Amino acid sequence: MGKFEYAPAPESRAVVSLRESYGLFIGGEFTPGVDGRAFKTISPATEEVLAEVTEAGPADVDRAVTAARKAYEHTWALMPGTERAKYLFRIARIVQERARELAVLESLDNGKPIRESRDVDIPLVAAHFFYYAGWADKLEHAGFGPAPRPLGVAGQVIPWNFPLLMLAWKIAPALACGNTVVLKPAETTPLTALAFAEICQQADLPPGVVNIVTGAGETGRALVTHPGIDKVAFTGSTEVGKEIARACATSRKKVTLELGGKAANIVFEDAPVDQAVEGIVNGIFFNQGHVCCAGSRLLVQESAYDEVLASLRRRLGTLRLGDPLDKNTDVGAINSAAQLAKIRELSQVGEEEGAQRWSPPCELPVKGFWFPPTVFTGVSQAHRIAREEIFGPVLSVLTFRTPAEAVEKANNTPYGLSAGIWTEKGSLILWMAARLRAGVVWANTFNKFDPTSPFGGYKESGYGREGGRHGLEAYLDV
Amino acid sequence: MSALADVPTWSDASLRGFLHGLPGVDRVGAEARAAMLASRSIKTTAKQWALDAAISMIDLTTLEGQDTPGKVRALCAKAKRPDPADPTAPMVAAVCVYPDLAQVAATELTGSGVHVASVATAFPSGRASLDVKLADVKYAVAAGADEVDMVIDRGAFLSGRYQQVFDEIIAVKQASDGAHLKVILETGELVTLDNVRRASWLAMLAGADFIKTSTGKVTPAATLPVTLVMLEAVRDFREAHGRQVGVKAAGGIRTAKDALRYLVLVNETVGEDWLDPRWFRLGASSLLNDLLMQRTKLATGRYSGPDYFTLD
Repeated sequence: MGKFEYAPAPESRAVVSLRESYGLFIGGEFTPGVDGRAFKTISPATEEVLAEVTEAGPADVDRAVTAARKAYEHTWALMPGTERAKYLFRIARIVQERARELAVLESLDNGKPIRESRDVDIPLVAAHFFYYAGWADKLEHAGFGPAPRPLGVAGQVIPWNFPLLMLAWKIAPALACGNTVVLKPAETTPLTALAFAEICQQADLPPGVVNIVTGAGETGRALVTHPGIDKVAFTGSTEVGKEIARACATSRKKVTLELGGKAANIVFEDAPVDQAVEGIVNGIFFNQGHVCCAGSRLLVQESAYDEVLASLRRRLGTLRLGDPLDKNTDVGAINSAAQLAKIRELSQVGEEEGAQRWSPPCELPVKGFWFPPTVFTGVSQAHRIAREEIFGPVLSVLTFRTPAEAVEKANNTPYGLSAGIWTEKGSLILWMAARLRAGVVWANTFNKFDPTSPFGGYKESGYGREGGRHGLEAYLDV
Repeated sequence: MSALADVPTWSDASLRGFLHGLPGVDRVGAEARAAMLASRSIKTTAKQWALDAAISMIDLTTLEGQDTPGKVRALCAKAKRPDPADPTAPMVAAVCVYPDLAQVAATELTGSGVHVASVATAFPSGRASLDVKLADVKYAVAAGADEVDMVIDRGAFLSGRYQQVFDEIIAVKQASDGAHLKVILETGELVTLDNVRRASWLAMLAGADFIKTSTGKVTPAATLPVTLVMLEAVRDFREAHGRQVGVKAAGGIRTAKDALRYLVLVNETVGEDWLDPRWFRLGASSLLNDLLMQRTKLATGRYSGPDYFTLD
């Protein structure tokens, strides 16, 4: 026992009232599925069953698309931007009012620490709706012509890592531009999307403007291949993204994809070491590394390697892993058994390929899905753990000697979503940023998000941008 | 870093080379880290321990022109037994006064275990000749102070005369005749966190036993980001030189909640080696009553009004 052991400080679950089962949100109402199939969603931290959720089949998806089409043609696309804005502002305010409930629900269903859902996810959700609400009546000033038209019905498929935030990234710009949506949340994290459906009701959003269909891959496939969809927006794995791109290639659908990443976090010898270490930790252990833009490859200048690694190891010793609802938890649970198996497998490969594996001493809970913060040193560009996206709390450390070598190594990946640069030298930041092929380049920070800033990838990290003025383009006929 | 630091004699140029070669501090990142640690939730048993620890780390301070021997005697009584209604409340670490009242404090505190700290060196501005400053220190120590809180010459530091600051600290250390030397950086006048890190190292290289944020006479006084940077400095200094230096956050810390945030900062930056009155202090006056109120609340489940806690 240390001198100053923090007593448990759990956030209360009482703010959340879970239903036993949830229907599909179609045409403004919760309705049962046509063929009555359902699946369970569990808490990854305890494996406790939280609720039963309807699995939408092709007939359900068709109903949802029809409802969205009707709302598009008769209500939403005809409504002046000032009116659409009112609904979006109202949604943003309700999200703020229900922030604590949404944060607890997100941590329960996803396994992420309450500190992150409370301080990052939910505030950003509200910020996103506020931001795009502001655009709804100003689209003629967005640089896409005098009266840009919406696309129609958007089919949107989102991942499990930031469930409600990814929903906001998808729904807010779509609605602001005058589209209606059918959104499928990930099968392991449907609950906040269903809570959002309630928020749409609370905000008196016209029926059919937002439709939520729950289910797994089959439901997603039915949605993106549905002929009544004008626009497909997907965030998830590169593998599924390629499949969607192929499926949509023969259609008139407009597609945006936000896929995987293997970001380089580049630390120069003149970096502010203590803050760089925080940035490394935040880059890869934030949200258990379930972040497409995670800084999963640490590139350290050889002359600073010992100092940075020693500081990093010391810092990792203070990370607090455990109950996601405890307000002092830094690292929560892995989202699913399948994801845990994948992280374990790739870590095993890392060892077999000869990299040195290290984790701080840390006790893992017995129930649930857990993986300790892990650092691999002695990693080379040829190793699979330096090339493949692990999507877990696993950091691969490589070294470089010159800025040119750092750029070369950072770009030597099929991905290109994000990168980080740590140096006190401003000119070096600009020189590097001009050469890194990544959609987002952070300087002396990492994993910072803002609704005003466009986000998206190069190469196999996808195409299209979300956020900012650029994010409007994906939902306008331009 | 360590090789250079071991060079026994310094010049302005070599001190500059060393201090400016320290890793920079990114202000945005340091503030974000401090803010994150400030969000820790300290409850029940952890709070119990932390409240008592904070009380035992207080340098109970009165540094006013209107101070009198009577006022200092009252403060000393409170330092020895902060809560007359509850003998389990720990004593504070020290009483901190001006040199002319050090003797009063020393008399009151004899044999109690509470230290006598005196500010010196023309506190708070430090604008006096070296002779005057050293005389101030000698006077305080002769009057019974076993801890001396000196101020650095911020003007010299800001104009790059590092050697002068360094030599002054060494001279004060000699003049203080074995008393524990706390070096006040007055970070509110140094402004940048890079300066805070450099001044911390300069003071430690010159032999400081403690580095202290502020006099309390300049705004801002102690802040969490400044204290974070100073804690990182003592951690790195011990790694390089094997000598542990203490940190004192002083000024502007008024509530138990503030105090707990500082303890979390210590705990997660330098670890429990520093969670001890010998290595971490809080310079404050009104803080003590809030800690006592929270302590009583935790023990009884009820808040008593401020009338139930003694004014100092």
